[in-house]
Amino acid sequence: MNTAATATSTGEAVQFWILGIVAVAGALATVLMKKSVHSALSLAGTMIVLAVFYLANGAYFLGIVQIVVYTGAIMMLFLFVVMLVGVTAADSLKETLKGQRWLAGLCALGFGILLIAGIGNASLKEFTGLGQANSGGNVEGLAALVFTKYVFAFEITGALLITAAVGAMVLTHRERTERAVTQRELAERRVRSGKQVPPLPAPGVYARHNAVDVPGLLPDGTPSELTVNPTLRARGQIRDVSGTALRELAALEQRAQEWREHGRSEDAKGAGK
Amino acid sequence: MENLIGLLVAAPLLGAAVLLCGGRRLDRSGPWVGTLLAAVSFALAVALFADMLGRSGEERTLTTTVFSWVPVGGFRADVGFQLDQLSMTFVLLITGVGTLIHLYSVGYMEHDERRRRFFGYLNLFLAAMLLLVVAGNYLLLYVGWEGVGLASYLLIGFWQHKPSAATAAKKAFLVNRVGDMGLSIAIMLMFTTFGTFAFGPVLEGAGQAGEGKLTAVGLMLLLAACGKSAQVPLQSWLGDAMEGPTPVSALIHAATMVTAGVYLITRSGALFDAAPTAQTAVVTVGAVTLLFGAIVGCAKDDIKKALAGSTMSQIGYMILAAGLGPVGYVFAIMHLVTHGFFKAGLFLGAGSVMHGMNDEVDMRRYGGLRKYMPVTFVTFGLGYLAIIGFPGLSGFFSKDKIIEAAFAKGGTEGWILGGAALLGAGITAFYMTRVMLMTFFGERRWQPDADGNAPHPHESPKTMTVPMVILAFGSVFAGGLFAVNDTFLKWLEPVTGHAHGNPPVSALTVTAATMVVLVLGVALAWARYGRKPVPVTAPRGSWLTRAARRDLLQDDFNHIVLVRGGEHLTRSLVYVDHTLVDGVVNGTAASVGGLSGRMRRLQNGYARSYAVSMFGGAAVLIAATLLMRAV
Amino acid sequence: MNPVNYLYLAALLFTIGATGVLLRRNAIVVFMCVELMLNACNLAFVTFSRLHGNLDGQIIAFFTMVVAAAEVVIGLAIIVTIFRSRHSASVDDANLLKL
Repeated sequence: MNTAATATSTGEAVQFWILGIVAVAGALATVLMKKSVHSALSLAGTMIVLAVFYLANGAYFLGIVQIVVYTGAIMMLFLFVVMLVGVTAADSLKETLKGQRWLAGLCALGFGILLIAGIGNASLKEFTGLGQANSGGNVEGLAALVFTKYVFAFEITGALLITAAVGAMVLTHRERTERAVTQRELAERRVRSGKQVPPLPAPGVYARHNAVDVPGLLPDGTPSELTVNPTLRARGQIRDVSGTALRELAALEQRAQEWREHGRSEDAKGAGK
Repeated sequence: MENLIGLLVAAPLLGAAVLLCGGRRLDRSGPWVGTLLAAVSFALAVALFADMLGRSGEERTLTTTVFSWVPVGGFRADVGFQLDQLSMTFVLLITGVGTLIHLYSVGYMEHDERRRRFFGYLNLFLAAMLLLVVAGNYLLLYVGWEGVGLASYLLIGFWQHKPSAATAAKKAFLVNRVGDMGLSIAIMLMFTTFGTFAFGPVLEGAGQAGEGKLTAVGLMLLLAACGKSAQVPLQSWLGDAMEGPTPVSALIHAATMVTAGVYLITRSGALFDAAPTAQTAVVTVGAVTLLFGAIVGCAKDDIKKALAGSTMSQIGYMILAAGLGPVGYVFAIMHLVTHGFFKAGLFLGAGSVMHGMNDEVDMRRYGGLRKYMPVTFVTFGLGYLAIIGFPGLSGFFSKDKIIEAAFAKGGTEGWILGGAALLGAGITAFYMTRVMLMTFFGERRWQPDADGNAPHPHESPKTMTVPMVILAFGSVFAGGLFAVNDTFLKWLEPVTGHAHGNPPVSALTVTAATMVVLVLGVALAWARYGRKPVPVTAPRGSWLTRAARRDLLQDDFNHIVLVRGGEHLTRSLVYVDHTLVDGVVNGTAASVGGLSGRMRRLQNGYARSYAVSMFGGAAVLIAATLLMRAV
Repeated sequence: MNPVNYLYLAALLFTIGATGVLLRRNAIVVFMCVELMLNACNLAFVTFSRLHGNLDGQIIAFFTMVVAAAEVVIGLAIIVTIFRSRHSASVDDANLLKL
């Protein structure tokens, strides 16, 4: 079996150039997207592309693990947390630290150029390929290594995972240190403070707008923010329909009026016939 | 007998301890306790003297080591005593005059509330002075030397409620420090030269040591003597020291402590003999001071200050004699002893006058007191005759010998020194006659003081007059007793050695010349103060009088040269300190502070900023790695 | 094509990820960028494995994944905790290091 090759198949080259561009685009999108959900999805795309590259590089096990663990589990965990935390002011792309963007750009440029120059300097014209190593199957080959040469590291990784699981629980779990406030007490407190005695008004769920992000209208037609869930209020995701609603109402009345007048005249005409 | 030497010092020391620590219950008996212990010391001195007379000339020196004081490695300083004829003379003078003055103080300080403390200080002084003269080495002598300085300070400032007394005490202490510095340097030089402090080895080894070193030691010793004995240029404190109670002036600033310098020079005679330059300095200081003091004494209207000038002048004679070498040592000590008698007597007389005159010290407000204070007048008068050198009285014998010895120095030097001593004798006659005439003769000039209390001159109590009478006897006869058959010379010769000087003119001529200037001085004083009435307010006087009233501008000199100079030096040092030293320090601090302020900006607390530096660092590391690979 | 191109891609992705860490303020996005950097490393490991013809590189990449999983769990837990107490996920708001 040949031990050294200098080029891969053309198919792989085509795949690399296409998917490579996708991967870089995904990475850039991760950094540049304003909303973290978009960033997470872009990153997931990049990771899938990387999984394909792993497979192309003969790392079949890792390619599958990349999809299952990274894209499937970790990125979904990210999405969960994004949903949990919600959208904050931190999502703004406006730089607050003076000179941070310049310095970061300069460092990144220098770092990238140096790294690429380093790779270019290395004598990597020839490569061995994994034909021999994977001859007994990639998973079997990895297993043999994990349970012999790297067994100690493997065990320690297990301990690390257990610790991480316990740590995550400790960090996120909140022990209730006081008795939960009962409904009665809440009601009493509300009456005593006298600010908002009855329940908060419901959002503007009308025949045409059944979304919770639309504020209810007061009798004079102005929207009341009180009617919208505070989380949405904090995120600034209130859909203000006061103007359109009034306009639409006016238009509706106008049309009704027209229809009534028109209809009446039609009726009159018909009656006249 | 050796053990008695320690007791000699211990008795007054015990008295000081008892009186100073004893508290109020000793207030009444205190003066008598102090006097008793002084008397005990005197009795011991007499016993030791009798014992000493029982032995022949060579065996008279007693040495004893009480204990080893500072035994450190090769260094060894003992508390040891040496009692020879020289020390014995001093011991007798100190304890004798001391006891008399204790007795006098009982009367003089009768109305003072703090008299217990006063007697404690007096006893402390006696102990320190005795330690000074019986010490067997220079280090122990230094202890006594400092002790008398302390006692002097305490006693000058005894009436500390008077600002002038407190200032005078400080002045005396400070000026004495200058001299003490000289003594300590001299002792250090001795140790480096001879490796010991003991009198015996130092004085015997003086011949072998280099002359340069001996000159240095001699000059330092002279500085010490100048400080303690109020010699030019360190004489300024003595006049102000008269702020102390009069018995103090009599005991410390006339009879004993101020003569410590003479003792020191005489004791170190062997050193000075081997260092002619230092000896020249000594005689110069002596001659200058004897004239200086005499001139100051002529101008002062304060009776005690006039006597202080006289003291300065008389000690100048002693220093002059001591500087003449073996020719003069004996006469220096002889004059010292006679001076101790008559000057103490004069001061006690002055104190008696003040006692009767409501503590008035201005002689222009005395006059005609001989009728009111006969005993004081007679004793003071005998002291006066003794000091001016009236034939047959003490001063005549001792001073005459010094003048003779000064002439015997030979050459121009001898003429200058002899002339100065002779002139000094004339001025002494003048100013002492002036004091005598202004105080006891002429019109009565006293007036009621500001409170309307007119003084009622009266004779002092027995406790005061008895010591005066005894001292007057001493003034009259001591010189004669010493001079007959050269008794004193033979007594002291084994210790100090003696060389007979040959004056260029015969001794009789010198005596005759002395008599002439004496008569001239007295006559001049009579013409100015006896024949004409003395004005109550001092006339403006000539420039010399005005300068002499200001202690010949000594204080002005000190002020301009030392105080102003010191102030300027301090000011410039402060300036250097503020600008240069502080500038460097503050500049360093400011630049570090400024740098830190700028560095602080890097520590802005933003994790992303830190991350940038980490990232930059990683880039630099890669660059370094690549560079190393490339090289 | 030479597999070394995968290394260039890995370097590029790593640099992009690092820049994202420096530029973004949302802790979650920062964390994603860290993951991107880890993945770039993994790609390099896998490529080296192929270049050298042994599986050690893949083993290392495997361990990296495991450690990254643990890190994500803890990291996200920390972010959630911080958000709970400070109502912000901005890394700039956690500037307690500043005096």
